[in-house]
Amino acid sequence: MYTQGLDQKEQSSDKRDALESAADLEAFQKRIDAEQKIEAKDWMPAAYRRTLVRQISQHAHSEIIGMQPEGNWLTRAPTLKRKAILLAKVQDEAGHGLYLYGAGETLGTSRDEMIADLLSGKAKYSSIFNYPTLTWADMGAIGWLVDGAAIMNQIPLCRCSYGPYARAMVRICKEESFHQRQGFDIMRELCRGTDEQKAMAQDALNRWWWPSIMMFGPSDKDSKHSAQSMAWKIKRFSNDELRQKFIDVTVPQADFLGLRVPDDDLAFDDETGHYRFGAIDWSELNDVIAGNGPCNKQRIQKRRKAHHDGAWVREAAIAYGEKHATKAAA
Amino acid sequence: MTHKEWPLYEVFIRSKAGLSHRHAGSIHATDDQMALDAARDTYTRRSEGVSLWVVRSSEIVASDPAETSAFFEPAEDKIYRHPTFYEIPDGVENL
Repeated sequence: MYTQGLDQKEQSSDKRDALESAADLEAFQKRIDAEQKIEAKDWMPAAYRRTLVRQISQHAHSEIIGMQPEGNWLTRAPTLKRKAILLAKVQDEAGHGLYLYGAGETLGTSRDEMIADLLSGKAKYSSIFNYPTLTWADMGAIGWLVDGAAIMNQIPLCRCSYGPYARAMVRICKEESFHQRQGFDIMRELCRGTDEQKAMAQDALNRWWWPSIMMFGPSDKDSKHSAQSMAWKIKRFSNDELRQKFIDVTVPQADFLGLRVPDDDLAFDDETGHYRFGAIDWSELNDVIAGNGPCNKQRIQKRRKAHHDGAWVREAAIAYGEKHATKAAA
Repeated sequence: MTHKEWPLYEVFIRSKAGLSHRHAGSIHATDDQMALDAARDTYTRRSEGVSLWVVRSSEIVASDPAETSAFFEPAEDKIYRHPTFYEIPDGVENL
């Protein structure tokens, strides 16, 4: 999910990697196979470090950018209670970004470097956040489906081989559950409301269903990167497995709400015990990842502006901190 | 003005009285008070703690992972430090 764009391999790194001894690599793989956790200062292949820096930073960027689609409705929540709840959720996303930047920093990169890559457009973030939030019902759909998909992906990550990332994920998973429940709660209220409210809920489901399914990434046969991630126990389940699990648990929830999943081919298969579903339009996902989604430019522009506008605060904080350090020393 | 990175702090939380502080993660801050506030906002949104320690990461002294075996070796062959080394004769209680 946070590995969109990881399939490109850097040429210069191949030469450095060749200097790693077969013995070191073998010893490392033995630790992984024995379910030992790798910690920040342990020896690790350069490629392991590189892939984790990219995945963790992309995950962190996703949290921060993800604040924007929901931030869009903070001033227009229908009740004070819903506003306070949505504020708490958006605040959590900021916190999740911070846990993840912290985990990324243990691998030798810095917060500033990671932020610079996001602002320059070099770093990716999850494609789902490039879609617009058009109605209040989108808050429900996002919490229920997008956070739901994230939970499906994040629970296995709690057992990933890299200690700091796994521990950050444990923290995140504890908080993520409220996100999904508040989303479902919004949908439930709308579905029990007026015809107009229920139609709004259905419309949100219509727009968010397929992008949520695509969050799990390409089919495994099309994902070159997956095999190495699985071998290093960063990734625990395949994209297809997680996607199937998500659909299996979510369709009954849609049935409960009385909403129709926008997939004519969706059908429960009694033999397999799973839902069969329709073909995914991968060209849409590729287009969004390539930067042509509805909100890609807007998301980055907003982030750049916020970073630029906040520069005086950062500078003042540094000046204040240094001034007081000098005073204390004197 | 030259660009400066904010210092990194490690955060330790005591979840309740009687337990020790445990490492929770890191935050960036420009002074100690900001570090405490940032640690509280980042790591205790669900009342996870009754006490916070923040320490500049540069102040942490750690054992070298590459030297782990050698560093901790002295204790390995002193099995007589473990109570299980000792045989308790039958009939002897409370030992």
